Amino acid sequence: MIAEIGHFTLILAFALAIFQTVVPLVGAHKGWTSWIESARPAALAQFGLVTISFIALTIAFVTSDFSVALVFNNSHTDKPMLYKISGVWGNHEGSMLLWVLILALFGAAAALFDPNLPPKLRARALAVQASVGAAFYAFIIFTSNPFARFAVAPFNGRDLNPLLQDPGLAFHPPFLYLGYVGLSMAFSFAVAALIEGRVDAAWARWVRPWTLSAWVFLTIGIALGSWWAYYELGWGGFWFWDPVENASFMPWLLAAALLHSAIVVEKREVLKSWTILLAIMAFGFSLIGTFIVRSGIITSVHSFASDPERGTFILMILAFFVGGALVLYAWRANAMQAKGLFAPVSREGALVINNILLAVSAFVVFVGTVWPLIAEMGWGARLSVGPPFFNKAFTPFMVVLAIILPVGAILPWKRGNLRRAMRPLRGALVFGGAVAVLVFAVSTGNSGLAVVGAGLGSWLIAGSVADLWLRTGNSGWPRLLRLPRADWGKAVAHAGLGVTFIGVSLLMAWELEDIRVAEVGDTFPVGRYQVTLTGVEDVQGPNYLSTVATMQVARDGRQITTLYPEKRVYPVQAMPTTEAAIRSGPFRDIYLVIGDPQPGGGWAVRSYIKPFAFWIWLGSGLMSLGGLISLTDRRYRVAAGARRAAPAARPTPAE
Amino acid sequence: MMRAILLCLSLLMAMPAWAVQPDEILPDPALESRARDLSRQLRCPVCQGESIDDSNAPISRDLRLYVRERLVAGDTDQQAIDAVVDRYGEFVLFEPRASGMNWVLWLAGPVMALTALLIGWVFLRSRRMRNETPPEDLTEAERERLNSIMRD
Repeated sequence: MIAEIGHFTLILAFALAIFQTVVPLVGAHKGWTSWIESARPAALAQFGLVTISFIALTIAFVTSDFSVALVFNNSHTDKPMLYKISGVWGNHEGSMLLWVLILALFGAAAALFDPNLPPKLRARALAVQASVGAAFYAFIIFTSNPFARFAVAPFNGRDLNPLLQDPGLAFHPPFLYLGYVGLSMAFSFAVAALIEGRVDAAWARWVRPWTLSAWVFLTIGIALGSWWAYYELGWGGFWFWDPVENASFMPWLLAAALLHSAIVVEKREVLKSWTILLAIMAFGFSLIGTFIVRSGIITSVHSFASDPERGTFILMILAFFVGGALVLYAWRANAMQAKGLFAPVSREGALVINNILLAVSAFVVFVGTVWPLIAEMGWGARLSVGPPFFNKAFTPFMVVLAIILPVGAILPWKRGNLRRAMRPLRGALVFGGAVAVLVFAVSTGNSGLAVVGAGLGSWLIAGSVADLWLRTGNSGWPRLLRLPRADWGKAVAHAGLGVTFIGVSLLMAWELEDIRVAEVGDTFPVGRYQVTLTGVEDVQGPNYLSTVATMQVARDGRQITTLYPEKRVYPVQAMPTTEAAIRSGPFRDIYLVIGDPQPGGGWAVRSYIKPFAFWIWLGSGLMSLGGLISLTDRRYRVAAGARRAAPAARPTPAE
Repeated sequence: MMRAILLCLSLLMAMPAWAVQPDEILPDPALESRARDLSRQLRCPVCQGESIDDSNAPISRDLRLYVRERLVAGDTDQQAIDAVVDRYGEFVLFEPRASGMNWVLWLAGPVMALTALLIGWVFLRSRRMRNETPPEDLTEAERERLNSIMRD
């Protein structure tokens, strides 16, 4: 019964979304107030209906109702509760239901917040949002019904893939989807603005919080995914340039570009049509990401829930929305006249470079990701594009970005002077240089990456500090606390990027690895540490069997820690997983893995020293935190919407 | 990411063997580190998303051993890679060769970057203010006045 309620409310939500697409759009065109006003209750009701549908599916999972096919395929009575719940979205149908739930959530939020939003703009944006929703409802209802039943209920389920039974991965998809789908809001506002033919500073101020929150969610989602890979897969890799990772990384890059270009629109009323284009492309890449993941068209090991028929459907959705928006863009972009004038050396100029670097690097990732597909369809070549290519083709953009960032962040609007901008940055420059020299001095062999990465990272961090310090003027630190939150957010996020730079480069350059056979009782050196395998025993877990090793780590004869790496087997899916034991520290992680028993006695043991690994996620955390701080800035909270005065009121630059 | 393992493991349930095994490692550390570098650039032919260095598939083990065999026999890195490509095709190369149509892939980034810079430059020029002289620094008197205003 509950599954039927879920199915029914989903169909109702589909019908309501069609209503919400058509009525407000017509109303806004004709100027009929009641039709315009219908958008808000429709958005709220639609959200309510999808929520009921989602709850129904969750109840089916929690109560292990195996008459529902999806529950049978992805759950098991022995599974811990957390994974029964995360099992709801750990599969194709459920994850698409989560997708529309979040889409409706953003629609409802746009209907509720921001009382100053002009009714017509809101109605149009909600209508566009609902049209995206309607397409995905149709997709779910016609190709991937999560509520399909068996006539005879099986006795127990097939269990969720053990690799997905992990707290990091339980929350990875919801955050990623919040990011992907959050970009739909920017898209809806962009299309609404194209229909209206008007983009101004106020528009940018409405779009920025949505873009910023989408970007924050994407950052958290990507970081969770990479952290999961780091501790779960058993060798400590954190980024693989796999098509599905790239699918989340491209929208992230474009969202970063978008939220910077929206600043220029907000402050200076230039880059309007480019910002609109970016908003369309950012969501377009979210759809491409969904397409890549759900269709499995680019042979990726991720596509365990893929199906070509579904892929075609998503491709049609993608073609319709991105194609339609681009046609509208081509038709209307001329209506958007840039207002402000500025010199090439200025904050505007720096943000243009920022956008070029971020957009082109996203393009490079895109070409690399689809190249195997193009090669196979175009001239029948089967080839691969993997980490070595991306490291070479992508990294230069990030290096240039990091060199320019602190200078651009400090340049004044309209017109700047490089030499004067560098003055407050001299300390940061010296600091970055000193770190680079230090790193060069202590590293051996493959040090180029470490030197460049750590130097640039330190330059970014110190540059953010200098930026904050400069904003206090001569008033010193008491003023620091009273700076606008946006300034703090910017500095924290930029410093976070620097921290991630340091983490990635030092980890990749300085990692130590030791692979050997160890008998129980053996002690062996790994870097400056001595590792002792003191015991191995079998343990029974709630839904798995585990081999647990006890390993002691000492340094200079002094005991540091005891770690318990595990090797698990999940009998329902007959699948082994490694559970690495990690002792995390600010400057290094000790990462131990227990392997198989060896024919000649002893166990295969892998030990890694991973310097600065923690910094990768610390930096991601700081970037998200910076975004959140910026989101709480006054100008988004208080009367953010009040439309600016007529364009003539804008101060024209001195001639 | 690398749910890679999924696919490989479902194929290999019978004999899980984790990536590089202790018995594969060459006694000569220099050769071994070259072998590791090479095996990170080679793709496991059956698990698709993983390098043979990370992969648990038996064929990856065979490839790792083969690469080591070639290196011990005195091959250069390039010769060892060519030998693997001769057997399994360009598919196993994670870094596509810069030849033929692949030039498009390699040049896409730089060409796009130059084009974007050019467009950006034209745009910046179109927005440029007519008066190019930067404003002078404040005079001492002005600065004092500014400070007194800021203090209020």
